[in-house]
Amino acid sequence: MKGRRGGLIAIGIGLAVFLALATYPFWHAAGKAMPVPELDLETPAIRALPARLCVAPTAEMKTRHMQILDEWRTEVVRNGRRTFETPDGRRFDRSLTRTCMQCHSNKERFCDRCHDYAGVKPKCWDCHIVPETPSGEASAAVAGKGTLK
Amino acid sequence: MIDTERRRLLKIAGTLILGSMLPIIPCSASSPGRSASAAGAGRWGMVIDPRKCPAGCRDCIDACHAVHNVPHIAGPGNEIRWIRQVPFQNAFPDQGHPYLDAGRRDVPVLALCNHCENPPCVRVCPTKATFRRSDGIVVMDYHRCIGCRFCIAACPYGSRSMNFRDPRPFIRTVNPDYPTRTRGVVEKCNFCEERLAKGMPPACVEACGKRGALLFGDMTDPSSEIRRLMKDRPTIRRRPELGTDPHVFYIVS
Repeated sequence: MKGRRGGLIAIGIGLAVFLALATYPFWHAAGKAMPVPELDLETPAIRALPARLCVAPTAEMKTRHMQILDEWRTEVVRNGRRTFETPDGRRFDRSLTRTCMQCHSNKERFCDRCHDYAGVKPKCWDCHIVPETPSGEASAAVAGKGTLK
Repeated sequence: MIDTERRRLLKIAGTLILGSMLPIIPCSASSPGRSASAAGAGRWGMVIDPRKCPAGCRDCIDACHAVHNVPHIAGPGNEIRWIRQVPFQNAFPDQGHPYLDAGRRDVPVLALCNHCENPPCVRVCPTKATFRRSDGIVVMDYHRCIGCRFCIAACPYGSRSMNFRDPRPFIRTVNPDYPTRTRGVVEKCNFCEERLAKGMPPACVEACGKRGALLFGDMTDPSSEIRRLMKDRPTIRRRPELGTDPHVFYIVS
């Protein structure tokens, strides 16, 4: 009888330890949500704009920038249409590096902050080259002009 | 559809391969896809005059490879080449004979993508990463390439190279205005479509300059420089008997 009771206690302790370890990530992180990252829009190019307008309204850019980039890519690579016109008549070169990154020249504090938070790993920069900005935002310059990071 | 990225394409391609093992699935043969052109030419083409190439000159090759971030990887197999020099015998295997003028036989010939009217690489590409524009340029959408290398097998001119390794460490001077490629994609000459869109000539033609070994222009315009030259001088093409209708012409006289 005694041996059986001891065995039950051991199983109970074992289960408790297992549950504590298995649920560790949940109770350890309880109430400690990662703060939503704040994106830095203060680049020299944006400050110099007469009106702070992107190629689409901010809300649309937040939710649809990836689709817009995909559409731009298709238009340029497959259809040869390189100029984008906004409904209010502003014209842009459909280019990640020559348009987007010219204003958002702070990749680390704009693109990366949110992508790291959301856990997404876009593959843009596997091929495209982060433009070197006058303020020297991009790091690890290769050949002085662009960076392969 | 078109916005499919590489990773997703790989998944879809895998599913399709598994699917193709099922007994009968009707399969449609697709013709080379054509899409709208960018810079207004009817049909781009090139004329090469090998005898105007000074011995040892590599200006066009260096210019092309610098503009397009082509890596310098030594050794056969791994080498990436958009434009290269090959012996006459290799460029024109059916034109060589024992009595061929030594001056012609020993002059290396520039070889690049022929931007065929009927490109076999386009026909075999399973993801339509390679396609033919309506202005005749055979281009690659590197976003879509899954590295299957069917196009390399299909191209009779050896114009395509595979990135068997990460090309970035092998790029000598990075041109930030043009992307690099990654490991696992094929690449080739694009007739400088990104420069044509800005109204500039191809980098190789610009580098060759006044030597005039390379001429580029609209094949459909009878008054274009390239067509007027072809009127005066006989030209040949590489392996026309294959029916690819190549659009790089070589002056032989």
